[in-house]
Amino acid sequence: MRDFLSKTVTPIKPSGIRKFFDIVSEMEDAISLGVGEPDFDTPWHIRDEGIYSLEKGRTFYTSNSGLLPLRQEICNYMKRSQNLTYDPKHEVLVTVGGSEAIDIGLRAVLDPGDEVLIPQPSYVSYEPCTILAGGKPVIIDLKAEHDFRLTPQELEDAITEKTKVLILPFPNNPTGAIMEKEDLEAIIPVIEKHDLLVMSDEIYSELTYKGKHVSIASLPGMQERTLLINGFSKAYAMTGWRLGYVCGPQAILEQMTKIHQFAIMCAPTTSQYAAVEAMKNGDDDVAMMRQAYNERRRFLLHTFREMNLPCFEPYGAFYVFPCIKEFQMSSEEFATRLLREEKVAVVPGTAFGDSGEGFLRISYAYSLENLKLALGRIADFVERLRKEQGK
Amino acid sequence: MREELLSIIEKNSRIDVKELAVILGVTEIDVINELQKLEEEGIICGYHTMINWDKLDVEKVSALIEVRVTPQRGQGFDSIAERIYKYPEVHAVYLISGGFDLLVSLEGKTLKEVSFFVSDKLSTLDTVISTSTHFILKKYKDHGTILSKKNEDTREKVSP
Repeated sequence: MRDFLSKTVTPIKPSGIRKFFDIVSEMEDAISLGVGEPDFDTPWHIRDEGIYSLEKGRTFYTSNSGLLPLRQEICNYMKRSQNLTYDPKHEVLVTVGGSEAIDIGLRAVLDPGDEVLIPQPSYVSYEPCTILAGGKPVIIDLKAEHDFRLTPQELEDAITEKTKVLILPFPNNPTGAIMEKEDLEAIIPVIEKHDLLVMSDEIYSELTYKGKHVSIASLPGMQERTLLINGFSKAYAMTGWRLGYVCGPQAILEQMTKIHQFAIMCAPTTSQYAAVEAMKNGDDDVAMMRQAYNERRRFLLHTFREMNLPCFEPYGAFYVFPCIKEFQMSSEEFATRLLREEKVAVVPGTAFGDSGEGFLRISYAYSLENLKLALGRIADFVERLRKEQGK
Repeated sequence: MREELLSIIEKNSRIDVKELAVILGVTEIDVINELQKLEEEGIICGYHTMINWDKLDVEKVSALIEVRVTPQRGQGFDSIAERIYKYPEVHAVYLISGGFDLLVSLEGKTLKEVSFFVSDKLSTLDTVISTSTHFILKKYKDHGTILSKKNEDTREKVSP
């Protein structure tokens, strides 16, 4: 028999998370801090709207781009949160999670050999999606000394004449880093000079703890060269509903819609009806969850500092990213031992790129009680390691 | 910080000052001062414990009683409400809109005790026109807490 497998897909490594997941699922009584999704249930009024839509028999395809009322709500949200004006008919596409938008966005703009700048550590899909779209991923290693923000120099250094797209993954998973307005203003001249398209993944935009999130698309001259990706998963605790969206220039959206209509048809109808309710009446829920995350964030940061583990202050998402370089072992080794010896699961920084080496991603999408318990065990482990190593 | 502090201790009044300071991002002195002020101003009125008595073998009967009264000149409903809320078995008294005037929440040891309270003490008050007693059969949710359900984490243990 022939080798049926694709020469493009076969070399792509499975997600580093998956490997760790397999070890964790063997252990029944492990406490996990490894989850990348909210611990809150979707607010009831949103779920209720989904149920209502099913009762009403709204079980058919929607238009390819998504329900018009939902696209309108998305535009209203962009207006009130970022003062950005998008046309709901031509500049918004509702997708199956933000992750579909990343995939089809790259496929719509890349030609073979085009380079895509991917700051890392970052979410696991940018690199494989770039490869699958025929592009060439170029990694920018973000630095702890810059609080894992992207600097103009780092950007400039990575650019070649083949560079087409910059992925901007902030607020960041796994580091919790954000790019503030000044940080964005600093890189814009470089982006304009080299005529780049920005794919801004702002899925955590509602979860920032130092002023309101600023989208790069809202800064002068940037809306026309930005694909702004967002979704409902993180803000409204709706991960399982699989619903995201992208706003951007009509010309690119048209091409993306083509791929979307052939590959996906439309995002889940029930989810779209629920999402309309989320955008109309969900602000209080978001505020409540943001406050809870912030309390846990302060607790974790305080506790890691008490342990004397270096940890920059993350102002976004729901992760802290402590440094474990003093123990002279790889992140994976540290995480594996922590799991075996203390039954606490965390994700090694390397699951999000080589530059995550020496760091751990700790999720605080857990109750404070849970976090206290887990952090107690981590503190014991760290103390034991230090003794072992004669510190 | 005031509202955030209140929203935390409303759900967990046993949380200690040190932890409150950490999660609010302020000093312990700030927390102590603020709590004291809130108590002095009567905003914090007590620190209670939420108990699901159904899980014990202790006999307890709760009832909600709708009461229609004649308001009194110059005092409205206040003086009659006071006469009712002074009984220790009365848990709560609300003045409400709609078909009746006062909603009285009552807890007694037995059905008989509650009935006795209504027929002997409440109904006999001059200004009370009528009462209607509803015994509570089961509490599903109280003080924002769902009583019967355990929260289980059904998420995948590790995800990107």
